Amino acid sequence: MARMKFICDAERCIECNGCVTACKNEHEVPWGVNRRRVVTLNDGVPGERSISVACMHCSDAPCMAVCPVNCFYRTEEGVVLHDKDVCIGCGYCSYACPFGAPQFPSAGTFGVRGKMDKCTFCAGGPEANGSQAEFEKYGRNRLAEGKLPACAEMCSTKALLAGDGDVVADIFRNRVVQRGKGAEVWGWGTAYGSKTDAKGAKS
Amino acid sequence: MSHLKRLTGLAGALVLISSLSACGDKIQNLAGQPKLDAAPYTGTGVQVFTSSDWKAGDKNSWAQQLKTRAQYGQNDHSRSN
Repeated sequence: MARMKFICDAERCIECNGCVTACKNEHEVPWGVNRRRVVTLNDGVPGERSISVACMHCSDAPCMAVCPVNCFYRTEEGVVLHDKDVCIGCGYCSYACPFGAPQFPSAGTFGVRGKMDKCTFCAGGPEANGSQAEFEKYGRNRLAEGKLPACAEMCSTKALLAGDGDVVADIFRNRVVQRGKGAEVWGWGTAYGSKTDAKGAKS
Repeated sequence: MSHLKRLTGLAGALVLISSLSACGDKIQNLAGQPKLDAAPYTGTGVQVFTSSDWKAGDKNSWAQQLKTRAQYGQNDHSRSN
């Protein structure tokens, strides 16, 4: 098993927001928090493109690097998760994240910032798999149910792919070959980047 | 002599107080050591929501299940051609 990754195929995304709805419904995400959202570029003009954006579970996650209480961890499958019992809601992760993934519930008086919430790749959190505590804090743990993230599985045009990096890359590569265009994978360079050797040189 | 006794007593009290001062200190380690998370291939134990095509605890069958699911659910080229 390689590591888990998301791919959003901008040639296919039709901005239906099915992924956003699926995510909110699956995890009962509170009002005001969007773990996933659809961003449209050049809206209304020729060449308009939409992309579905959430936590990309970066190889070298900036959120992990800046967290002052070290609440983040990476699973064996490459999914970046965090412990809400440790998070202090400082918001440093949201400044560091290039995708705007960290979200903060703002239901409190004077907009008090609560614990950070973000996409878990439907992998829950550090509570027991499938427990009520895990669901309440992090949402469903679909990976432990043998399922892929709800956003990708619900995508009507299959623009959003999620799963083993090798598998989704193969699916995407086949599409690009068949249609002969649209090989650009938005966000991959930033999230999964190029490898850096011991001397700091990028390959 | 009594002066020496008093000094010894005072020194003893000081040693006792200084050795007790650490007891009131709170641990200042980073509280941020996240709890260990169970691997997803161990399953949730909730059969009703779990896909039936793999065996909980078997990492290979779990990985294969996700690959199969990705191919079936996301690779429309393989389904239409």
